[in-house]
Amino acid sequence: MKKLINDPKAVVDESVEGFGLAHADLVTVHPDPLFVSRKEAKSGKVGLLSGGGSGHEPLHAGYVGFGMLDAAVPGAVFTSPTPDAIIPATLAADSGAGVVHIVKNYTGDVLNFETAAEMAQAEGVEVRTVLVNDDVAVEDSLYTAGRRGVGGTVLVEKIAGAAAERGDGLDAVAAIGQRVNDNVRTMGVALSACTVPHAGVPSFELGEDEIEIGIGIHGEPGRHRIPMENADGITDRLLEPILADLKPAPGEKVLLFVNGMGGTPASELYIVYRHAVKVLEGAGLVVERSLVGNYITALEMQGCSISVLRLDQEMTSLWDAPVHTPALRWGM
Amino acid sequence: MTGSGNGSGQVLDAAWAIDWLRRSAAVVSENRVALIELDRAIGDGDHGENLDRGFTAIVAKLDQETPATPGAAFKMAAMTLMSKVGGAAGPLYGTAFLRAGTAVGDATALDASMLVAALTAARDGVVARGKAASGEKTMIDAWTPAVEAAAAEAAADGGPAVVLAAAADAAEAGAIATDPLIARKGRASYLGERAIGHRDPGAASSALILRAAADAAAASAGSAAGGSAPAGSAS
Repeated sequence: MKKLINDPKAVVDESVEGFGLAHADLVTVHPDPLFVSRKEAKSGKVGLLSGGGSGHEPLHAGYVGFGMLDAAVPGAVFTSPTPDAIIPATLAADSGAGVVHIVKNYTGDVLNFETAAEMAQAEGVEVRTVLVNDDVAVEDSLYTAGRRGVGGTVLVEKIAGAAAERGDGLDAVAAIGQRVNDNVRTMGVALSACTVPHAGVPSFELGEDEIEIGIGIHGEPGRHRIPMENADGITDRLLEPILADLKPAPGEKVLLFVNGMGGTPASELYIVYRHAVKVLEGAGLVVERSLVGNYITALEMQGCSISVLRLDQEMTSLWDAPVHTPALRWGM
Repeated sequence: MTGSGNGSGQVLDAAWAIDWLRRSAAVVSENRVALIELDRAIGDGDHGENLDRGFTAIVAKLDQETPATPGAAFKMAAMTLMSKVGGAAGPLYGTAFLRAGTAVGDATALDASMLVAALTAARDGVVARGKAASGEKTMIDAWTPAVEAAAAEAAADGGPAVVLAAAADAAEAGAIATDPLIARKGRASYLGERAIGHRDPGAASSALILRAAADAAAASAGSAAGGSAPAGSAS
C-alpha cells in the first residue's frame, strides 16, 4: 500500500483538519467529537445535516455551505459516525426551525442516525430524516437491508439545501428531499478495488480483465463480475436497470449525473457521459441538466456511477439555485 | 480443571465483568486482522478496526475507574462502544451490553440464572436494533445458540462458569454455521449468493467475546476455589 498519509489511524482527523484550513471562509471544524459546520447561516432556516463514513470525499463536508448542508459528520473510513458526534452537529445545525438528516441506507448509518435523532429530539430539536436509497443494483430488497444510498445523495443534498435556503419549513424540506430520492436511480461499476488505509490491502481482488457491476461506495464487491467491456458497453449495462426501474416516459426531462469513484480521470467520465446522453435521448428523454466529476467517491477506486433524476419544474429551479460550498459552487 | 469450578454455588461479581471486558479487548486486538479479513471478504473491511477502537477505549476507561457492579461495567462498556465504534457494530454491541446491564440491575453478584437473563436480554437487543432473525448470517447466529445453550446448562443446575463455557462453545459453532448462509442483513446482503462460503464477521467477533466471558468466569472459579489472587488481576 502506498498512500500519502502519516498514520492510518490519523487519516480522518488530519484530512478534516486540512479541509478546515483550506476552506476556513466557509466551514468551521469541530475536532472532538468531529463534525463540520457552516460558518454563516441564516437564523430561523431549516438545518440540513448529513454524514457517513469518510473516504467518499467531497461528500459530505465538501457540501457544507450556502445552499446545501449546515453540518456534516465524518465517521471513520467507510464507517458511519457515532451518535455522540451526530447529536452536537444536529444542535449546531438547528437555528430554531428544526433539522433534516440526510442518511444513506446502510445499516450502520441508519442505526447511528436513528439513535442520534431520538436523542436530539429529547434535547428539543425537531428532526426529520430523508433516507436515500437510489441504488438499483440491489434486486431483492425484501431480502436484504434494502437499496443503498449512493450517487443520488448529492442531488438530494443540493435540491433540499436550496429549498431550506429559500425558507421552506421543516416538513417541506424533508418532502422535497424525499421527492428527489423517489425520482433518482443509480448504478455503479468498479474497474479496480480500493485500499482502506487501516486495512492496508485492497478490499477485493479484481482480475486485469474483470469488472464489478452494481457496486456501492464502500469498496464492497458488486452483484456481478463480468469480463471487461468498452465504455459504451459498460454505460449500456449501467443505464439499462436504471431506466427499467425509473420507467421515464418519452419527453420527460432528466438530470444526468456521471460520478467518478475517485480513481477515474475526467476524460473517461466524459466518454461515459457522451454515450449516456445518446442512450437517454434514444429513449426519448430530454437531458436538461448534468453533473460530471468526482462527487461521491470510494477512495481511489476506479469506476463510476450513473444517476438519472427525473426532473420537475421545482426541482430544476432548486438545482439551479445558487450554491457556495467547498466542492460545489455556482450562481454566486 | 474442567472449568466446572465450584458448581452452581459460584457467583460472578464486578471483578469478573471487568476481567471479561479486559479479556475481550485483548482477544479483539489479537484477532483484529483476522476480523478485518473476514469483513473484507463480504463487507467493507472495518469490523476488526472498529471493535479494536471500541474495546481499547473501554480499557482506557477501566484504567481510570472501577465499576462497582457487573451492571455498571456493562453500561460503561455500552456507552463507550456506542460513542467510539460507529458503523453497525457500535450500536449493536452497545445495545447488547446496555440491555445486559439493565437485565442485571444493581446486583453485585450474578448467578447462573441471572447470566442467562443478561445474555437473553443482550441477544434480544441485537435482534431489535438490527431487525434481523436467525439464519440471516449475522451476529444473531452466534448469540441465539449461545443463549439456548446457556439456558439449558442453567436449567441443569450448571454454575456460571459452565453456563458461559456452553454459551461460548455454541457461539463458536454458530459462527462456523454462518459459512454456507446467504446474508440478508447488513452490507454482506448486497453480495447475494457470493457471500456463501464466508464467515460472518459479527458472528465471529461475538464468539470471541463470549469465549472471553467464559475464560474470565473459569479464572474466577479457579481463584475462588484456590482462595488466592482476585479475578481480573490481569492487565
